[in-house]
Amino acid sequence: MSTVQDYPSRMGDEASKRFETFSYLPSMTDEELRKQVQYIVDSGWNPAVEHCEPEHAMMHYWYMWKLPMFGETDVDRILAEAEACRKANPRHLVKLIGYDNVRQTQGTAMLIFRPAA
Amino acid sequence: MAKTYKAGVKEYRETYWEPNYSVRESDVLAVFKIVPQPGVPREEAAAAVAAESSTGTWTTVWTDLLTDLDYYKGRAYAIEDVPGDDEAFYAFIAYPMGLFEEGSVVNVFTSLVGNVFGFKAVRSLRLEDVRFPLWFVMTNPGPPHGIYVERDLLNKYGRPLLGCTIKPKLGLSAKNYGRAVYECLRGGLDFTKDDENVNSQPFMRWRDRFLFCQEAIDKSEAETGEKKGHYMNCTAPTMEEVYKRAEFAKEIGSKIVMSDYLTLGWAAHTSLSKWCRDNGLLLHVHRAMHAVIDRNPRHGINFRVLTKLLRLIGGDHLHSGTVVGKLEGDREATLGWIGMMRERYTKEDRAKGIFFDQDWGQMPGLLPVASGGIHVWHMPALVAIFGDDSVLQFGGGTLGHPWGNAAGAAANRVALEACVQARNEGRHLEREGRDILIKAAQHSPELKIAMETWKEIKFEFDTVDKLDVAHR
Repeated sequence: MSTVQDYPSRMGDEASKRFETFSYLPSMTDEELRKQVQYIVDSGWNPAVEHCEPEHAMMHYWYMWKLPMFGETDVDRILAEAEACRKANPRHLVKLIGYDNVRQTQGTAMLIFRPAA
Repeated sequence: MAKTYKAGVKEYRETYWEPNYSVRESDVLAVFKIVPQPGVPREEAAAAVAAESSTGTWTTVWTDLLTDLDYYKGRAYAIEDVPGDDEAFYAFIAYPMGLFEEGSVVNVFTSLVGNVFGFKAVRSLRLEDVRFPLWFVMTNPGPPHGIYVERDLLNKYGRPLLGCTIKPKLGLSAKNYGRAVYECLRGGLDFTKDDENVNSQPFMRWRDRFLFCQEAIDKSEAETGEKKGHYMNCTAPTMEEVYKRAEFAKEIGSKIVMSDYLTLGWAAHTSLSKWCRDNGLLLHVHRAMHAVIDRNPRHGINFRVLTKLLRLIGGDHLHSGTVVGKLEGDREATLGWIGMMRERYTKEDRAKGIFFDQDWGQMPGLLPVASGGIHVWHMPALVAIFGDDSVLQFGGGTLGHPWGNAAGAAANRVALEACVQARNEGRHLEREGRDILIKAAQHSPELKIAMETWKEIKFEFDTVDKLDVAHR
């Protein structure tokens, strides 16, 4: 059994918390994040930024950062809004959403910033 | 002018073969693969199938003259060669709308695949595809919720969902079973699943299982912060029992229940599906018995037809085959019926075995479920084939991890997210899959061990139910 590894998730440990898509991967580098923003733009979706206190993250409604960026296709401007949200809310989780109005859903939603637990 | 009555046997094709018929929007269309008895001409066999699956019988009867047969009869209107099979041919048949009760899949199939399948004039018969007119689509309930409501309820976007069927199939106590569920969910799966033959046996009664599984869900949600579910199998011997189990699942906070739509029966399944919409529970649909009906290339009903009828009577998930795993499934054919689950309109596409355009109106779609003999090495191909709107279920591929279910689940989740990330970056998953997984394993010891464990396992038997393709 010595070769078997324990799975270290714990109820009381904030570091065990996950936040859906990409929360099992290491934080994205700037370059990786840029590619995901490009994917949202290329998919024709409307980018949006939302944020939330980690303890309330299971609620459906996070705080919207301003409004979804309807029709925005400039990756730098989208990244700048995400960064502005993070700076204004340094203790919050931040996620990036691509609203797909054709299918009436979020084409994607991914955690892009997580404060240290 | 009124017809006169003449008793006796007429050739079917005099009445039921109409090659000049132009199909109506409101007709139900069907295509059968027919192998006629030796000496029976194709037109006669096609007409016989049209007759026997609609208004006709083997002889003329005087009461035929009390009705307007032209108004009600089914008609064979085209025949085609079957590529790769010199004995069989395709017969296209149109049925007028008045032959069928609104919203009754039961009624349609009692005609289309009823007595005619035992009919002596044909040696074998297979229903390959059906075009349901819009009036019929919209008189059926459809999926209780559909893909996008499910995503909203679960708060999961931009990736396939991950599941696992708990094993061994039979014989675990409810508490040990719940343990297996808990370990899977805390490791990162979205769902676990009752095996189809887990109902309410002496070793584990349904109520005990539901309660232990719900505790597993509640704790894993509190632990991970993500929403989880277990498909609580409500398939039962009577409808009273089905409802009783579903009501209890709802009472304890379950998000999803499960049914086996072929063994439970279509009417019973439809009732449960409507109950699910009324009560806000998702409905996972298993397809035990389908291979009995759909696997023989010359007999039965193609799975694409069973898929269409399930979308009509309702389900939020349906097993589709994996293409890459241990169970039968031709890739192009599978892509065909996956489209029928999810799309708003499916076009005729012979390369995928689809014979008719199908308008789904505004009926929601459902998630195909890929389950059976798949493991982390299959992940790049699965994400490429199935896309985001699917459930990928790793049974042995989760539970067989050398460090246990939680590690197995985490390995699958890391592999899944790595593949989605790479796909979004524009990388080619099936070509670069190996590199993508190796890189992801650098920060996931669970994935690294999983990749070492299942390195050599492949399932490369040939498919029995292949699409018909030319052999010369």
